[in-house]
Amino acid sequence: MTRSADHATASTATLTVDDSRPELLSLTIAGRLDLAGATALWQTACALIEQRRPRQLLLMATDIDYCDGTGIGLLVEMERQTLRHGGSFKLDGLRDEFAKLREQFELSELAELPSSRPEPCCLPEATGMAVAKTWHALRALVAFTGELSVAMLAALRRPQSIRWRDVWLIAEKAGADALPIVALLSFLVGLIMAFQAAIPMRQFGTEIYVANLIGLATLRELGPLMTAIILAGRSASAFAAEIGTMKVNEEIDALTTMGLNPVPFLVVTRVLAALFVTPLLTLFADLFGLAGGSVVLLSLNYPLVTYIHQVQSAVSMGDCLGGLAKSLVFGIIIAAIGCLHGLRAGSGASAVGDAATRAVVSGIVLIVIGDGIFSVLYYYLGI
Amino acid sequence: METAATPIIEVQRLTAAYGEETILENLSFTVNRGAVFVILGGSGCGKSTLLKHLIGLYQPANGQIFIDGQDLVSTYGESRQTLLRKIGVMYQHGALFGSMTLLENLCLPLEEFTELPETARNLIATMNLSLVGLADYHHYYPAEISGGMRKRAAIARAMVLGPQILFLDEPSAGLDPITSAEMDELILRLAGSLGMTIVAVSHELPSIHAIADQAIMLDKETKGIVANGTPQQLAHSVNPHVRQFFARQAGS
Repeated sequence: MTRSADHATASTATLTVDDSRPELLSLTIAGRLDLAGATALWQTACALIEQRRPRQLLLMATDIDYCDGTGIGLLVEMERQTLRHGGSFKLDGLRDEFAKLREQFELSELAELPSSRPEPCCLPEATGMAVAKTWHALRALVAFTGELSVAMLAALRRPQSIRWRDVWLIAEKAGADALPIVALLSFLVGLIMAFQAAIPMRQFGTEIYVANLIGLATLRELGPLMTAIILAGRSASAFAAEIGTMKVNEEIDALTTMGLNPVPFLVVTRVLAALFVTPLLTLFADLFGLAGGSVVLLSLNYPLVTYIHQVQSAVSMGDCLGGLAKSLVFGIIIAAIGCLHGLRAGSGASAVGDAATRAVVSGIVLIVIGDGIFSVLYYYLGI
Repeated sequence: METAATPIIEVQRLTAAYGEETILENLSFTVNRGAVFVILGGSGCGKSTLLKHLIGLYQPANGQIFIDGQDLVSTYGESRQTLLRKIGVMYQHGALFGSMTLLENLCLPLEEFTELPETARNLIATMNLSLVGLADYHHYYPAEISGGMRKRAAIARAMVLGPQILFLDEPSAGLDPITSAEMDELILRLAGSLGMTIVAVSHELPSIHAIADQAIMLDKETKGIVANGTPQQLAHSVNPHVRQFFARQAGS
């Protein structure tokens, strides 16, 4: 019996099956065996061999007009499949120019491959790898903290060695340019919080204490925390991406070979800039947060002066200074983490993105942990 | 009937410009099917600009570019995509995707443009890697291999969809003489066994002599072609710019 099938309208390759002899499967491929032709025949040819599992496969290739790498790929796959099922394969009539191309491939070189590197499959292995990764990250963090502390002390001892021009430029980008977003978000959070609090408190006639709530929450927690989170998203990622790109472009290596330590040169300037701007931005965040709360109290027909007096009676200078002290530490964390992940970036475009992501995630985690430590500390200090 | 003498690329009165600045003016030449064609010239003469016009990245200010008889400049939409599938490009630094292994880099176009099953995609990708001598490096990431290997892997990726024309941007630049010679040998092998037309941008004289069937030399001052012919014809050109280029390169 002879069958013929034209498998695709765009393709001119055809596969004809002659199964008149039971022990021998004879196939004829004709036409143009390029990407389109080979793709059209691939599944059919492989399914046929899989189904028949012939002891002998004779592939007549006399009528193949054109054959490129993909076409040779089909011939190789048919041979490989036949041999896998214990059969023998014979290719007959392939033109010399295509045969030369076929001869360039050894079947042994073309082992079947998984599509990607094998992933750890068992839980203990995955857990072990995760623990090792975390351990390396922690060690790097500790080593970097030590290196940064030494560099900061050296810089403070010799302030003229600090690249102040860079510090002011970074302070402008990370601080002044961030003011609108910090102000807007703080104002809205103050407003929303006051509004949410005012609804239940009104039932008890205690809506004036919304001012106490806003005052304490903003100065002690929300001001520093909101500012730090915005800066982690905005500046830590920028530092990581900038330094990561420098690492990818071998600029960090260039600095090192010039005898310049990248930590004082790149990290100290950024940490100092963050140290200056974070408390300033926190002050603005406090002011705008309080302003947001005042809008709600004004809408409840309380005069502004009452709101201000209520806030003044609720909060002390200690609350304000405590919040600012926190923001100083948050500033150092943001800049240091951004720079650390930039310096630890791998190579390639994705490495920069990974560094920026890690900087933001670990920056926010460390800020929240730091905030928790401050809460406990302030409790024992009675602040 | 397609024969070796049939032009596969035909450039007619091409003018290339960046805004007001004209880089190339009134260029006309043809590339024959199956030939290794080299575009050469000094730095800043517009070699890469011409290449980017030929592969459809830039629109010319004027003129026409025919690829396999179809005008690339005035072809849009699906027809343009079909036309562009006839070409493969190796960029100067490889432009491999850093987050993917070599195998994944090669499988990506097969996955996007064909209905082949995964085993078939892997086989074709491995065969192409094998052609450039990188079959054992299929699981490596681009950052883990040398610059020369990255270029070879980029050639393999450019070939994976079976293009008719392979464009190579500075295939030998930055390679040591031995790796450069291996690259020349690879180009000749690909042109011979796969019958592809190869268009390479280069200013490496030994490579040009080794691989080119035909070459054109661009000139920064005239913004046009100052020589067109075989490398031997160019080496004996009477044009002072061409003579200077060949003499300097031979001297170095």
